[in-house]
Amino acid sequence: MKARAKVMNESPEDMTRLLLAVAQARDVAAFEALFRHYGPKVKTYMTRQVRSTQIAEELMQETMMAVWNKAALFDPERGNVSAWIFTIARNLCISSFRKQNRPEFDPNDPAFVPDEVVAADAELQSRQEADRLYTAMNALPDEQKELLKRSFFGEVPHSALAEEYGLPLGTVKSRIRMAVAKLRKSLEDRL
Amino acid sequence: MSVKHHVSDGLLAAYATGELAEGWSLAIATHLALCPECRVRLARFETAAGELMEETAPDVAGIDQSWDAMRRRLVGAEVHAFPVQPAVSAPVHTAVIPEPLRSYLGSDVDGLKWKALGRGASHIMIKTGDSETSVRLLRIPAGSPVPEHSHGGRELTLVLAGCFTDGSERFARGDLEEADETVEHQPIAGAGEDCICLAVTDAPLRFKSRLLRLVQPILGI
Ligand SMILES: [Zn+2]
Ligand SMILES: [Zn+2]
Repeated sequence: MKARAKVMNESPEDMTRLLLAVAQARDVAAFEALFRHYGPKVKTYMTRQVRSTQIAEELMQETMMAVWNKAALFDPERGNVSAWIFTIARNLCISSFRKQNRPEFDPNDPAFVPDEVVAADAELQSRQEADRLYTAMNALPDEQKELLKRSFFGEVPHSALAEEYGLPLGTVKSRIRMAVAKLRKSLEDRL
Repeated sequence: MSVKHHVSDGLLAAYATGELAEGWSLAIATHLALCPECRVRLARFETAAGELMEETAPDVAGIDQSWDAMRRRLVGAEVHAFPVQPAVSAPVHTAVIPEPLRSYLGSDVDGLKWKALGRGASHIMIKTGDSETSVRLLRIPAGSPVPEHSHGGRELTLVLAGCFTDGSERFARGDLEEADETVEHQPIAGAGEDCICLAVTDAPLRFKSRLLRLVQPILGI
């Protein structure tokens, strides 16, 4: 399968197709499309974390290199491409920049308690969840969405947000809490 | 076994976005190994984080040079697996301490070298890469109380064997208790089996007993 280098509407399905083409056919054109779409976003994320465009560029390159190398490990049944690339970027930031380990569970560990849901259900569920999440996030009032976005990645401390918006710290915190709660609820309501 | 006390939204979101220091993350990751429910919630937070990253303003400056550099690296790039920490093996079905904690300890329960804390309790300090948290494995003798205390900061306690009660709540294997400055409590280990738990704090506990406060620095708690 050859994917086109240009992504037309950049839907999550397009991204999945591109990443599968990288995994299965080592398709460089597909990878270029992913790189041009995600590279600049990962770079923005990294710049916020490390506050240096040069280090951010290096970490972005490492992230995308890992995407190329680990493409075969991506499982479209378990989540979408943006979440998968985000976790790679996050872990690189923790290990390379913060010099800490990222403790994670190991599904092959004998003490691991496996899921009870069968695979087919889980697949359907995760797709539906991704759709619902997308809808739910876009349905949030702008002020909540904005605060959620800016606080979610620890980009700006709550106290700085409070100052910027001229709001009491408690209000900022409660708006963020409300946004998270709404997201959760809209997901759970439709389970 | 089913877990009753889970990771709160705030902590789980912070774990998902990578904000938490290693010590807190260790307790949460170990809970996640025992709790399918929280793994589903984690996946949601990671999806949300991916979605938010998708919506950030892209930094497209120099993207063509970036891609050139990337393409040069692809030539001759080999598919290599990411360095995986060697896991400490445990016999199938009898592992008590799940990964990632077992690797931090270097052994499952039977190989641990406990240090006495007094009153039959013992502990093992666990080293992490962060300087914010203090992480230890605690063993409280069956039926014994942990001295009554409050907290200078946050405290996460994850039960791995046995159980403890705190007021009217019972915490068993996999259960996570979150406490903060506002909580003063006296957990009591259940009868029948020693309670082994992972405890993560970012400030020394404040014991009610003056004697305990005096020996605190000596015991390293
Ligand atoms: Zn849980
Ligand atoms: Zn406590």
